Amino acid sequence: MWNRRHGRLRTVGCGMEELRRRRREREAELRKARREQQLVSKRLLRDDTPEEAEGGCVALILGEAEIQQFLWLAQRGTGEKEREGALVSLRRGLQHPETQQTFIRLKGSMRTLVGLLTSNQALLQLEAARCLHELSHSEQSAVAEACLPATSYLLTYLAGHSSDLIELCLYTLGNLIVESESVRRQLLPQGIVPALASCIQSPHLTVLEALGYALSQLLQAKEAPKKIIPSASACSSVLSTPLPQHMLRLLQPGPKLNPGVAVEFAWCLHYIICSQVNNALLITHGAVSTLGLLLLYLAGAVQRSEDAGLELLLCPVLRCLSNLLTEAAGGQVQLRDERVVVSLFIILQFLLQKQPSLLPEGLWLLNNLTANSPGFCTSLLSLDLIEPLLQLLPVSNVVSVLVLTVLCNVAEKGPAYCWRLWPGPLLPSLLDMLAFSDTEVVGQSLELLQLLFLYRPEAVQAFLQQSGLQALKRHEEEAQLQDRVHALQQTALHR
Amino acid sequence: MQLPPALHARLAAGPGAAEPLPVERNPAAGAAPFRFAARLVHFPREHEFFEDGDVQRHLYLQDLFTRVAVEPEKPRVPEFTCQVAGCCQVFDTLEDYEHHYHTLHRNMCSFCKRAFPSGHLLDIHILEWHDSLFQILSERQDMYQCLVEGCTEKFKTSKDRKDHLVRCHLYPADFRFDKPKKSRGPATPIATLQVPADALGDDREQSEGDAMEVCSEHVAPRTEPMAERPTYSHRIPSTICFGQGVSRGFKSTKKRSKHQ
Repeated sequence: MWNRRHGRLRTVGCGMEELRRRRREREAELRKARREQQLVSKRLLRDDTPEEAEGGCVALILGEAEIQQFLWLAQRGTGEKEREGALVSLRRGLQHPETQQTFIRLKGSMRTLVGLLTSNQALLQLEAARCLHELSHSEQSAVAEACLPATSYLLTYLAGHSSDLIELCLYTLGNLIVESESVRRQLLPQGIVPALASCIQSPHLTVLEALGYALSQLLQAKEAPKKIIPSASACSSVLSTPLPQHMLRLLQPGPKLNPGVAVEFAWCLHYIICSQVNNALLITHGAVSTLGLLLLYLAGAVQRSEDAGLELLLCPVLRCLSNLLTEAAGGQVQLRDERVVVSLFIILQFLLQKQPSLLPEGLWLLNNLTANSPGFCTSLLSLDLIEPLLQLLPVSNVVSVLVLTVLCNVAEKGPAYCWRLWPGPLLPSLLDMLAFSDTEVVGQSLELLQLLFLYRPEAVQAFLQQSGLQALKRHEEEAQLQDRVHALQQTALHR
Repeated sequence: MQLPPALHARLAAGPGAAEPLPVERNPAAGAAPFRFAARLVHFPREHEFFEDGDVQRHLYLQDLFTRVAVEPEKPRVPEFTCQVAGCCQVFDTLEDYEHHYHTLHRNMCSFCKRAFPSGHLLDIHILEWHDSLFQILSERQDMYQCLVEGCTEKFKTSKDRKDHLVRCHLYPADFRFDKPKKSRGPATPIATLQVPADALGDDREQSEGDAMEVCSEHVAPRTEPMAERPTYSHRIPSTICFGQGVSRGFKSTKKRSKHQ
């Protein structure tokens, strides 16, 4: 799979501090891009040969004449080695943005490159595909869009048999897909969806990962819910192909699960599911049970602290499951096993330590699991999970609100549930929450107090003893809270 | 976050769930001024709730530079030639050979020795160029299949198909695997090895890459290409195979898959 290579590439010439700074910068850029709905990324597939491992710095800027010369040699050179060598030199040059610009301005250059791509010289063809891939990775739209004449061939070769070439074509297509909607308006009629669908049966993991990447790029498109996912529009939509079944097959836990492949397809599934086009179809294919089993598997891996890249699966899997549970089509019915809750807590613990920013997503799933399910609420109580849940309260306001909401889900099921909530650590934690100033956090705490007092009146006495009224008083003036504060004060005083 | 020790054992044990406690709701719960109601929450893709996760996904996509499954250096092997009869290409790594084999010998027409990028295109080629029934049938019904996999349209002539490809599928008009039949071209179809890179002015003669165009214009009965062979064999590129057994005619050769 693809992985962070902190090692060789990035530490060359810069310390950890520098790395962290760069990462923060990148993260800020991505955050901004997301808010502007411009979040797109491309991938670069390069052979890790020693001479290229130093990264882009070996790229030479090529002039017009040199490009022309290399193209001419690639076509007419004597002997295959010379022709291939010319294309290798061209490709190295194309790693440089300036050479890319020169290349696309040069008349006939793309036509020649496409010619080489369709040549019968296998290695020449592969090298031409690598040149195109370099261009597709460009940040300049003009460069990537200059590759458009090649797309029908890139798609045609997906049906071929050379896994190296297919992988390259897929990463190149994946890069082009996110360039603009007009690119996608060309790729869709050219049959990209059926072409990807026939690729998914490939036995090569590298091909599958590249396919997952390309498909996730396609499904991320703004117009995907209307134009790419739907099952109504004949052959060119994702849900009308066997893709969904195969995606789920590739997400089945077990020794055959490949993290790199699974990550890509889990994101694909997320983009499909959150679009709510036809989730009933996915549920019929067993999406809920597959994802549920995958969650158990991930918890097992996290618990053994295996560093296999499986943690990258957490985010999309949590999202898929959580959104599927909201489907009327019976997402809930398929999920009864309390080990799902157990797994989720093991995962929450992992996230708290490693990726606290994803905690809300895990708690969101816990909310959807418990909202309508007395079974899961009972499991929370019988497995002693209330206390660990309360330990998450101080993490952040967002997390607090979600934790309190889950607790409300339990409490609102009635006296039998509240009987198990008090006595216990809940009330002291709630009193601590009342010291907060965030309206939402305090508001949700008031809701929980009301449920607790209603179903477990004995708790009121304890509340009074622990200076609950003073805590409430702090929020008397708050417009959004005062009605509820008064109501609770009345309840407490008239017991 | 301290999890109860028994929890890990619970994960290892079998499926199951506790008997749910009885649910007994009081209408006063959540009554004004309170407003809580248990709710399933759906988030759409653009929701800000997803911001952190999305940013991490894209950090993962961008941060990586090369694949980690560190591909071992291609092991060098003593030079060897392609075993396919008639092909004399030399290789010093197995990967190169494999790629060559898949590209050139996997989907090859046994009549005119053209290599095709996919089985789908080869099937269409064989049908249209070497199946004598095709001509007869095509006079009665639409027989020219669309080249795009997944599209089931058929057309009366190859020109109609080209129009369809250009109009509906936005294919380039000069799509190399669908050259129109020329009216009697030169009898040197598969000759030039020059890459079909016709861009720099050389548009006269297409290479073997442009499979569909190149085979002889009439419906060739099985023997004809054989008969023609001597007349141009001196120009046959080294990569082209005339041997038996590797190229595909009407019979299916789906047997090979050991390379996968």
